[in-house]
Amino acid sequence: MGHHNPDSPSHLKHYFHDVNQQYETSKFAMWAFILTEVLTFAGLFVAYIVYRSWYPDMFVDAHKLLDVNKGLMNTIVLITSSLTMALAIWAIQKNNKKLSVVMLVATFIFALVFLGIKYLEYTHKFEVGQLPGEFYSYMGPDAAHLNNPHIFFSIYFIMTGLHGLHVAIGMGLIAWLIYSTQKGNLTSEYYTPMEMIGIFWHLVDLIWIYLFPLFYLIG
Amino acid sequence: MLDRLTEFFFPKQVSTFASDIDNLYFFIFYSSVALFVIVVFGMIYLSIKYRHRKGEELKLTSSKDHSNLLESMFFIIPLILVSITFVWGIRSYLKMVIVPDDAIEIKVTGQSWFWTFDYPDGGTTLNELVVPSNKPVKLVLSSKDVLHSFFIPVMRSKMDCLPNRYNVMWFDATKEGVYDIFCTEYCGTGHSQMGAKVIVMQPAQYEEWASELGSEDDDLPLDELGAKLYTKKACNTCHTLDGSALVGPSYLQTSQMWGQERVFDDGTSTVIDDNYIRSSILEPMTQIVAGYQGVMPTYQGLLSDRELDALIAFLKTLNEDSQI
Amino acid sequence: MSENTKQNYLNHPKGIMSWLLTLDHKRIGLMYLFSGILFFFLGGLLALVMRFELAAPGNDIISNEVYNNAYTLHGAIMIFLFIIPAIPGALGNILLPLMVGAKDVAFPRLNLASFYIYSFGALFAMYTIINGGVDTGWTFYTPYSTQSTSNVVPMTLGIFIIGFSSILTGLNFIATVHKMRIPGLTWYKLPLFVWALYGTSLVQITATPVLAITMVLLMLERFLGIGIFDPALGGDPVLYQHFFWFYSHPAVYIMILPAFGIISEIIPVHSRKKIWGYKFIAYSTLSIAFIGFLVWGHHMFTSGQSVFSQIVFSFITYFVGIPTGVKIFSWILTMYKGQVSFTPPMFYALAFLFLFTIGGLTGIFLGAVALDIHLHDTYFVVAHFHYVMQGGTIVAFLGGLHHWWPKSFGVMYNQTIANIAALGVFIGFNGTFFPQFLLGLRGMPRRYATYDEQFVELHSYSTFWSGILGISIFIAVMNLFWSFIKKNKVDPGSNPWGGMTLEWTHTSSPPHPHNFEEEPVLQHGPYDYDKVIVEKTYKK
Repeated sequence: MGHHNPDSPSHLKHYFHDVNQQYETSKFAMWAFILTEVLTFAGLFVAYIVYRSWYPDMFVDAHKLLDVNKGLMNTIVLITSSLTMALAIWAIQKNNKKLSVVMLVATFIFALVFLGIKYLEYTHKFEVGQLPGEFYSYMGPDAAHLNNPHIFFSIYFIMTGLHGLHVAIGMGLIAWLIYSTQKGNLTSEYYTPMEMIGIFWHLVDLIWIYLFPLFYLIG
Repeated sequence: MLDRLTEFFFPKQVSTFASDIDNLYFFIFYSSVALFVIVVFGMIYLSIKYRHRKGEELKLTSSKDHSNLLESMFFIIPLILVSITFVWGIRSYLKMVIVPDDAIEIKVTGQSWFWTFDYPDGGTTLNELVVPSNKPVKLVLSSKDVLHSFFIPVMRSKMDCLPNRYNVMWFDATKEGVYDIFCTEYCGTGHSQMGAKVIVMQPAQYEEWASELGSEDDDLPLDELGAKLYTKKACNTCHTLDGSALVGPSYLQTSQMWGQERVFDDGTSTVIDDNYIRSSILEPMTQIVAGYQGVMPTYQGLLSDRELDALIAFLKTLNEDSQI
Repeated sequence: MSENTKQNYLNHPKGIMSWLLTLDHKRIGLMYLFSGILFFFLGGLLALVMRFELAAPGNDIISNEVYNNAYTLHGAIMIFLFIIPAIPGALGNILLPLMVGAKDVAFPRLNLASFYIYSFGALFAMYTIINGGVDTGWTFYTPYSTQSTSNVVPMTLGIFIIGFSSILTGLNFIATVHKMRIPGLTWYKLPLFVWALYGTSLVQITATPVLAITMVLLMLERFLGIGIFDPALGGDPVLYQHFFWFYSHPAVYIMILPAFGIISEIIPVHSRKKIWGYKFIAYSTLSIAFIGFLVWGHHMFTSGQSVFSQIVFSFITYFVGIPTGVKIFSWILTMYKGQVSFTPPMFYALAFLFLFTIGGLTGIFLGAVALDIHLHDTYFVVAHFHYVMQGGTIVAFLGGLHHWWPKSFGVMYNQTIANIAALGVFIGFNGTFFPQFLLGLRGMPRRYATYDEQFVELHSYSTFWSGILGISIFIAVMNLFWSFIKKNKVDPGSNPWGGMTLEWTHTSSPPHPHNFEEEPVLQHGPYDYDKVIVEKTYKK
């Protein structure tokens, strides 16, 4: 919890009584927003479950077409980035601006690596024709017998794509954090934005931790 | 008295479970009327009794804001009523889903915008479902394109037709007659014209009808058979005979343009002749007349060669008639 | 300007930019109000076109295609552009911070962003109309919606975008209720309209994401043929219905809960009486919001879902009915030993009680599975949800407008005309929709551009009264706007009805730009008519 200056600092908006109320309000709204995000993905998880139960054999065989190593690598990268994000917040609480910026940059780079690996995975799938819906054209020997494999890839691309979009948005937010921290706008007195974006980033990580086993591991 | 009321609210009761459902309706209806009268009477009585009279001073009003007795009544009475409704609703519903073993099975296919019925002993009808009375009939429903819903008001029964699975409904018709069938799931331009009839016959009559199904029209002249097919095969849903455009071009217009060029929406054109009419019935989506939407289903397999000839002959007669 | 005109949010600051870029919740509320009313009229016009087409069987005025476009746009505009965004957006925005004693909502910038996101989404919907309409019904059932050549994508995209506006408004309101109340304003001292907005916002942030995902999947189905909903590609159209109704049933509560809140304000104030069963009304708001998530299957009783699902959904449906019923009794009993004034807002509230009771009771018919199979997708359903949505929500909305009009604008409308218009709305509404119950019972399916001869008599009644209804609503709204021109000002300190909540007792009419000149101190509860006499300061 932040130890805020009770006098009226520049970041206090006029419609709040004090910094504490402002901080509590932001945090509360952020958690409510996280609930919204969870429900967004929940809808897609339901679609996953329904189609898995409709086409259990196809799901088992189609998941073998995914690259487990790349998926595992991405899992490690994203978990590490969650750690560096937490460290960045810890550093700013201790008023260590330099360490905080370093950790934010590290988080940013991990996110970039994540998207890079995802890019390699996607381009490979595009080349062999493992595409969603009507565009699916892959006819390799390991997939010839599959019943409607395009549905697996539709759900795969929608869920990982939406997750990837969240990573990209997160990168934008982290870039802004790097800039504000470097400029000295965020200090141990006021670092609410970093904490909020941190919560968002952990959610992005958490969703991947569900996506990875569901698509890459369960056989 | 109750019969008169039933007639006021509902179409005829023709299925075995119709009266049960109507009775459920009247149970809810009378309970609702009672609750509604209490609400409206209470509202009018209280608002008038405690109205702010002219010249009356504003005063502190009563602090009464609850009454355990009243509130538990408001809770318990509706609870009892809806419990009865729920159980009744489920009990009647179970009667509607448990199909008797000896039911005749008829396959119903919805397609934009007509119904096809396939009978157990072979034979097909369009937009006319023929069933025997006092014998359970099981309908296996599906759709060839979008969603439809098969609704027979007099039977109090309805079921959606889906393109990827079969749904089932059944009824046991108690009275002979001809009754309406409606499509109740929106299915596009012709949705409101997607009606059909159910014809309930004496079992003996039905047997006779079923054995003659498909052969009765053999001795009709071609153009008369065509005129019959025009309504029987649901051509009239989309094509008029009076020159006005509906979903598709009018037969009259086509007939008047016989031998002339017809322009299609891709810019090509062709001369209207027997072959054009035949292909436009069997492969409607290959040549779409300019100004219309490509929505006609194929009649491949639904019309015999003789029936196709008959429709073409009928179409040709329209022009001669108009010249007289 | 006369000398006693104080600085208020309407006249300060000045200039068009100060409106377009305003962070003031009251101004944002007004922008929602005006755009909402605009769409209300547009949707209403489409309804009248349909009604006149249906005056007689056959295609007399418009073709099937035009009719299908009209009914789709009527539904989509009324629901997604008017009722869902405009009632919380307009009355909620104007009143919520005032009622909790705050200077603004928790996130004013986000609030303005919500409005512009809503406008942006509305642009797509308007593009749909200009570009030839959309003919799938507002429910966008697959596979018709994946095959239709009309503008399904712009319309669903518009709805998707408006969904974000809804979520952000919901987040803002929840944070405001939780964190922005003045000291001493505990949960049980909140006006019930605040409770209602709180319940509404909870549903908005939890249900809308599912709608957003559904709309995205539908668009992807059209672009990429992903095969989730299209049976030709191995998908399932019934799954679409589950997704759609998982949002759209709770959406019904997004639409009706604010109306409950408005009625809970109007009745005690105009009866000068403590509200009956405060805690019950507050908690039932939350429980209705919650149970609303568990009953979506009752929209699918004829879809062929399993017998077990049918029974469960029917059972849970009744659990929404009972708390709603007890609420109606609470509102009526509030008048007991009060001092009831027959003002325009009160007339609307009484009309609400009458109409909403019919709407609610007819829901019981539809919840009984066996009977619903006969009534499903007939005019009975059309009548039922219009009694709830128009007889309930819109009548309450009109009542709310009349109630808070002098507060929001500092002017009073002509009350005689308002009363006559309210009577016209009441009679016109019943005349239009009551015959539709009978139509449905007799088997008339909904979404029909033409119909069988047997239904002509009831349809023509319905059409005749719809004209009266349309004219009455138009007069009611115009009478409100006329008060601007006539400048029948109320005193800035005025409390015309003798309200007890903060917006009446602690700020001027129209309110100060920052809501309160000094932070309000709570002196009494929202409905303490048994403890304090609040004078009515407006005399005709």
